[in-house]
Formats: sequence, C-alpha cells, structure tokens
Amino acid sequence: MRTEHDASTAIDAYLQQHETKSLLRFITCGSVDDGKSTLLGRLLYDSKLLFDDQLAALKGDSLRHGTQNGELDFALLVDGLSAEREQGITIDVAYRFFSTERRKFIVADCPGHEQYTRNMATGASTADLAVVLVDARKGLLTQTRRHTYICALLGIRHVLLAVNKMDLIDYSEDVFRSIEADYRELADSMGIAQVSAVPLSALRGENVSSRSDRIGWYDGPSLLERLETVQVAHVVDDVGFRLPVQWVCRPDQNFRGYAGHVVAGCIAPGDEVVVLPSGARSRVARIVTADGDLPRASLGDAITLTLTDERDISRGDVIVAAAQPPQVADQFAAHLLWMGEAPLLPGRSYWLKIGTRTVSAQVTEIKHKVDVNTQEPLAAKRLELNEVGYCNLSLDHAIAFESYEHCREMGAFILIDRQSNNTVAAGTLNFALRRADNIHWQHMDVDRMARARIKGQAPACLWFTGLSGSGKSTVANLVEKRLHALGYHTYMLDGDNVRHGLNRDLGFTAEDRVENIRRVAEVAKLMVEAGLIVLVSFISPFRSERRMARELFAEGEFKEVFVDTPLAICEQRDVKGLYAKARAGEIKNFTGIDSPYEQPEHSEVHLETAGRSVDALAQQVVEALIGHT
Amino acid sequence: MQGVVGVPSQLPHMDKSAGHYANGTTPTRIRTDINGSNMTNIDALAYTSHLKQLESESIHILREVAAEFRNPVMMYSIGKDSSVLLHLLQKAFYPAQPPIPLLHVDTTWKFREMIAFRDRRAQEAGCRLIVHINQDGVAQGIGPFSHGATVHTDVMKTQALKQALDKYQFDAAIGGARRDEEKSRAKERVFSFRNAQHRWDPKSQRPELWNLYNARIAKGESVRVFPLSNWTELDIWLYIYREKIEVPALYLAAERPVVERDGALIMVDDERMPLRPGEIPQMRKVRFRTLGCYPLTGAIESEADTLPAVIQEMLVARTSERQGRVIDHDPSASMEKKKQEGYF
Repeated sequence: MRTEHDASTAIDAYLQQHETKSLLRFITCGSVDDGKSTLLGRLLYDSKLLFDDQLAALKGDSLRHGTQNGELDFALLVDGLSAEREQGITIDVAYRFFSTERRKFIVADCPGHEQYTRNMATGASTADLAVVLVDARKGLLTQTRRHTYICALLGIRHVLLAVNKMDLIDYSEDVFRSIEADYRELADSMGIAQVSAVPLSALRGENVSSRSDRIGWYDGPSLLERLETVQVAHVVDDVGFRLPVQWVCRPDQNFRGYAGHVVAGCIAPGDEVVVLPSGARSRVARIVTADGDLPRASLGDAITLTLTDERDISRGDVIVAAAQPPQVADQFAAHLLWMGEAPLLPGRSYWLKIGTRTVSAQVTEIKHKVDVNTQEPLAAKRLELNEVGYCNLSLDHAIAFESYEHCREMGAFILIDRQSNNTVAAGTLNFALRRADNIHWQHMDVDRMARARIKGQAPACLWFTGLSGSGKSTVANLVEKRLHALGYHTYMLDGDNVRHGLNRDLGFTAEDRVENIRRVAEVAKLMVEAGLIVLVSFISPFRSERRMARELFAEGEFKEVFVDTPLAICEQRDVKGLYAKARAGEIKNFTGIDSPYEQPEHSEVHLETAGRSVDALAQQVVEALIGHT
Repeated sequence: MQGVVGVPSQLPHMDKSAGHYANGTTPTRIRTDINGSNMTNIDALAYTSHLKQLESESIHILREVAAEFRNPVMMYSIGKDSSVLLHLLQKAFYPAQPPIPLLHVDTTWKFREMIAFRDRRAQEAGCRLIVHINQDGVAQGIGPFSHGATVHTDVMKTQALKQALDKYQFDAAIGGARRDEEKSRAKERVFSFRNAQHRWDPKSQRPELWNLYNARIAKGESVRVFPLSNWTELDIWLYIYREKIEVPALYLAAERPVVERDGALIMVDDERMPLRPGEIPQMRKVRFRTLGCYPLTGAIESEADTLPAVIQEMLVARTSERQGRVIDHDPSASMEKKKQEGYF
C-alpha cells in the first residue's frame, strides 16, 4: 500500500502545481513558406512531447513526403490532412497542446494562404497572443500584414515576432533589427501595443526552446522562454456582471434556474439584476452548481442562477448587474470579415448569433471595405470571400451588447446564411447607431384593422414569382380584374413599371436585384397596411429575398404564387425579345440564362401553366385567396 | 501609415456618445497584467485552474447542444472519455436530469465488463440508454476474427452508427474525441458538420469563431459535437481523479489472460477468440489505455493498479494512447479517411 500512498501524494502535488499553472492560448501565423509548421513541430519535439510511436511515424512520413532529404521534417507532425501533406501546405487550423513547468499551452497553427483566411480567423478568435513568423531573407510580406491585421481585428494585442531562418542570413543582427523595426511600425499602426521579437532558426532549433550561441548579439530569451513568461496584458473593462442565458432549467414546479456562462463581472446572492432586453428587475437568490451553491461567481464560471421573483426569462436574454447595465440597441456599426463563398449583399437577411441569442439581421450599408493587405479603405457595394468591411447593421430585435473591445462575448457575432446554413461572417460590434434611439414609431389611431374593416376585406399580398415570360403579369392582371369585379380593393405592382419610377436608379446586378425587391416589398407592406389586396408581379429569383418580403407581413398575409413555366417555353415565347438578346450576350445577368432562378419550395399557390388556360390559372389564385366564388 | 482603418481602437469616427449606459457612465478601461493587483476586474480565466476552465467550456458546449438541437444524443462508449462526458452532462443540467439520451453502438465484441458497467452507470445517472446493434452484421456473422479489423469496424461500428442516427433521426451526436488524439482530429471543429450521408468534408469546414457555435442544419444533415476537443489525455485522467469519476476497472492493472499476437497483447475475454497454433493464454499484469472491441484493443504491461499510479505512469509514458488500437495501424491518414466515411 506504500506505493499507492506515494503515488497519490505525488499526484496531489502535481495537481496542485498543475492547477496554479496559467493557460496561454496562442496562434502561429505568417507567410506560406516561413516555416510555421516546422517551428511548431520543433516546439513539440523539443518539449519532449512526442511519443515513441509518433516519432516512428514521423520518421516514416519524412522519408515518404518529407522536404528535408530524409531528415526529420517537423512540418509533417502538424499538417494532418492528406491534402495538406500532398500539397505541402496548411489548409485548416490545427490545435496542439503542450505544457512546461510554468505554463500550459493551446496552440492554433494557422494556414498562410489568403484563400484560407477564414480558417486563420477561426484560430485567432480564441487566442491571447500571436506568434508571427517572418522569413529573415524576405522581411515583411503581404501575408504578414494581412495576418497582423486579422489579429488586430479580432482583438489580439500581443505579438511575438519570430524572425526565422536566421541561419540562412549568417545570423545578421542588422537584418533582424531592420525587420523588427518595420514590424513594430506596422503593429503600432494597427493598435497592437506589445511586440517582442526573437531571432531564430526553427529548422536547427536555435532560439526555439533554448538559446543559441550563434546569435551572441541577442541577449533576450528564446521563443519558448518568452511564451512561458510573457505577461499577456488583459485589457478588461469595468463592465458589470453579464450572464447570457443559455438554458432554462426546470426540473419541477419548484425550481426555475437560468443556466449560462459568466462573460463579465461577478455576482453574489442578494445582488440586484436586470434582465435585458425586457428590463425586468429582480435579485439573485442562489448560485446553483452540481458541486453545491456558490457564495460568488465570476468570469468564466458555468452556473445556474435562481432569482427571488418569477420573471419571464428565456434563452437569449442577458441577466446583468442592475447598477451597470449594458446598452440595448438594434442598429450598429460593425466590422465584418466575410467568409462566405457567395458575396455579402446589403439588404439580404442573415441569421445573426451573438452570445446565446439569434436574430435576423441585414447589412444596411457597407461604409467601406478594407484592403486586408494594405489596410486601405475602398468603396464597395458587396463583400467577397475573405474581405473585411465596415458596415451598418440592422437587427429585427433589440439586443443587449457591449463593444467588442470592452467585452468580447457581448460584442462578437457570426452571420449565418439562411439557405445554406453556413457561417458566412465573423463580426465585431463597434457601437450603436444613434438612429436606433431617435426614430420612433408614430402611433396611429386608425390602425390597419380599422382600414381593412371599412373595406370589408382581409388585406393580403399576392407575390407572383417566376421566369421572365412565364405569364406572371398576364395571370396577375386577370386575377386583379376578377377581384375588382367581386368588389375587392386591389393594387398591382408590376416589375417593369416600378423600374420606370421608384426603382429607376437600380440595375440588374445581384446587389441591385436585392434592393429592388426590398423596396417593392416595403411598398407592398404599406399598401397592405392601408387595407388593400396587393398583387406583386416580379421575377424575384432569389429565395432569400422572397423570404425577406414574406417576413415583413403578418402570418397568412403573404401568399407566394409560383408561376411555373419551363424555361424552354418562356424562351420560345420571348414576348419582349429579351431571351434572344441574353443569348446573344447583349443583356447580362438575365435570369434563367446567366443568373439563377431559385425555385420556391413552399409557395402557397403553385401554378403549373403548361397546357392550362389563363382563365383556369387566375381562378386557382382567386380561390386560394377567398375560397370558391 | 495613412488610411489605417478597420481596427476598432483606431476608428476616427467612433461615436461612443451614440451608446449610453443606463446610469449615465461610460466604461473605464483597466489595463493590468497577470501580476496586477486589480483582481476583480482582470481576466479571471488566467487564475482559474486549467481543469476548471476546460470543465466550464465543455458545460457551455453541452448546454448549447441541448438548447439548439431538436433531437441530440450522446455517444456513450463506456471508456474514460465517455465517463468524463457523462459526468459533465450531469453537471451541465443540474439539478435537472440530463435532457440528452445516451447511445451505445454495441459491436457485440466489447469487453464483458464494459457492458455491465454501461448499464449500471446509465441507470445511476438517470439517463435514457439506447443500445444499437447492426443486426444485418450479426446475421452475416461479421466479427473481427472472421472478417478482420477493417471490415468488422466498418460494418459493426461505422455502418451501425449511421443506422442508429438514421433510425432515431438524431440531429446532433456528442462524442468524446479529443484533438490531441490524432492528426486529423486536431483539425476538427467542436461542432463538426455532416451531410445527409454522414460525411465529413475536411477541406470545407464551417468557420468556428469564439464560442459561437453554428447549429443550423437542413433536414437529414447532422452535427457531431466534441465537447472534449481541448482536453488532453492527461487532463482527462487528472479530472477523473479530482472529481472521483468511476471508470471501468480495465483501466487499472490486474492479472488478466492474454496472448501476444502481431506485437499486441490481446486479452482472451470470452470463448469466441480462436487461438492460433502455439498460443496459450497467459496471466499477466496488464491494463488498457483505451477500451473498445477486446480483440482489437492491445493491453500494456503495467503495475499501475490504482488511479494515481496510472496517472504517474502516464506522466512518463513514451507511447501515445492510440497505439493500443489495432485499427490505426494503416497508412497515416487512415483516421481522416474513416471520419470522412462517418466513423466517429
């Protein structure tokens, strides 16, 4: 039993030491051939963190794929995907773990290629520090600038500049000093206050984990020593307690708790809190955890709160210190890093997830985009993959927030495409727009119900969508005629006609098509509020815009009418001669030819026109709206 | 540097007055470092223990899954990582019962001890336990001895898992994989998207920023969730020790009947194991670093018969835990390939 006792004493001591060790999360980034993976592999190797079987696999891989003439190729340790090994590049961020006597480390090894910038951002978003590699022979490159910019954008305030391949420039101090000076100037301009530089050779292991004699003029610590001792300055603001509610815990009638992660401040039973955005007030009754109630909880704790009063609180609400509440707003200025394959189009509606809350959001304006390589501001109407833009955002619900630099968890968000469900942007909130406070809804005594009542009808929007030449306007015309004859108050918004007036400043690019639909949908909404039955006849090729239109209306008010005529028939008819011109290349972005038409999936009325008379089609629509006549 | 824009602190037109705090104050900035004295305001993460931080992150992930998915499930494979997951699941929803059921894909070749342990632990935790066996595979008599490790694993594990996910229409499956286990895992997201065919596309993973996990999927698609992504093997053991989590005794050294086969020590767990000429089971003091199908799980000789002793052995270990898995001894990228095909 003596050995067991010894072992558990030793483990207790180890645990104690382990628990007091701090954790540093950092990323390695830099240009493609600067040797990031080699450096990281070397750190793992030197920290004696490789197991025998991993070393054996590395030796085998080095012979097969290696670039070091059969010598150990450390880069192969970290490039894990087969595509990466084949191409000798890093595609996605890899997470590595090591620890020393002094610290634990989680390293995100980030890809260098511009096309994988979004993967780099994934790594940088959770890092405290960045190790930026520079090839001593090349100095700062475009990628160095881009990566530093992305780091700054995501709030990394400390950089270790690793000037690599010193062995290839005879360990020249002059070269090192000049690269260091260049980089300090760059970092300074982006607001990265803390930079320390280390000259090293990853391949030879010089100044990586131990100091090198060959670089006698450098008397600073090695890279690993620097990582172990660097004081990562946490810029933290004196924001009060913040708990975004993740989950409402209700095991029985007697218990109602709000589970979440404390993202700022601290809390104790008895403290007064406010629930946002509702503004309900209460006090903390208990801080519940599986390990017993806590007298106090602070940043990083996963807890469940109970309150002294019954309040209506659900996931997405934020429980905050009553004395220091955050702002609540629905319009923001924000930075966006676009990560979608399809471009960002202003006016299109996306899901926005911030904390535990998901709302619908639109970019109302791109103020400018930023050239991530030169940081120059450029005018832009859209954002492409890996571009950064400074934008105005409009949300369909007000949210509690902090600016990203004050509190990451209350200011960071992602945008999700509503069709593909892909994560298409990372964003950081800067501040609320004044507009959110100043535009108020004018209260009206005569409301939509009153207006509809006097007309004796239920207002509605009939949204006809389909290819050019599918027969939308013809059918819509006849529907309006029938409704009119039956005594209904109607109005017709026709795509071609509106483009002569309200929308004459818009062309046919994807951005302009989105704006075209947005304006028409808003006008249709006003008319529905006036009590009318509005017939809208627009190609409206994109699902997301039709959805945007739909969401402006109350449940059941919006009826999508899909005029389903095969492209071949539309083209054969070609009433306006447009298909011929599009085929000849005289018209660009023509729906069905060189611009897509996304078919409706759940339209209320589906008109399959082939072989049917206009009469029958119109009757189908009228019946869908008001029943049999 | 002219025209530097886009970095928050540098914005010339930053208009803080637009936002206001309800009590009329503006936030004060406090800059301090790890040795700073302003304890209440600095980033407390640096002060909490590493394990506590990992625990807290994992609980956050589990709650996100419960809140955002319609029909999530936790893959329970009975091993140490599953034991930690189950423990975290209980903590995350305390005092409520975990709202997520457990799924065990039983290949019918697990160590007998594991099955007994599974049934008892699920009951103690108050979790619904779903056991799925690929009955087609059973009907065909698929097994590791008759068909080899690759076919057996594919049919009884990978295909069986897909069957279970399809049968119960789970839209999220929580697993205990860690990024330190293997090179392709080091690249995988916490919320790892699978298409309707359960395939993973490593070349176009969804970006995953901060702790904002994207749980949106279309019908038929699913997400694999790995709450232990940032844990190392050592973290797992230290946490088991600190939290007194029960794990199967197979992890502790004991005298067990084993044969040496193709360089691995295989335990003769039942009569289904055909012995090759010259093979005589010997009692040796061994333990297991991972648990799976007994014919495919190599034991290591060890004297560590207590948890502290196992951890102590770990600290001086020179081989990584996956070495015990017969399945990984294919070419190096084999795990990535299996994962693309739907292997957990």
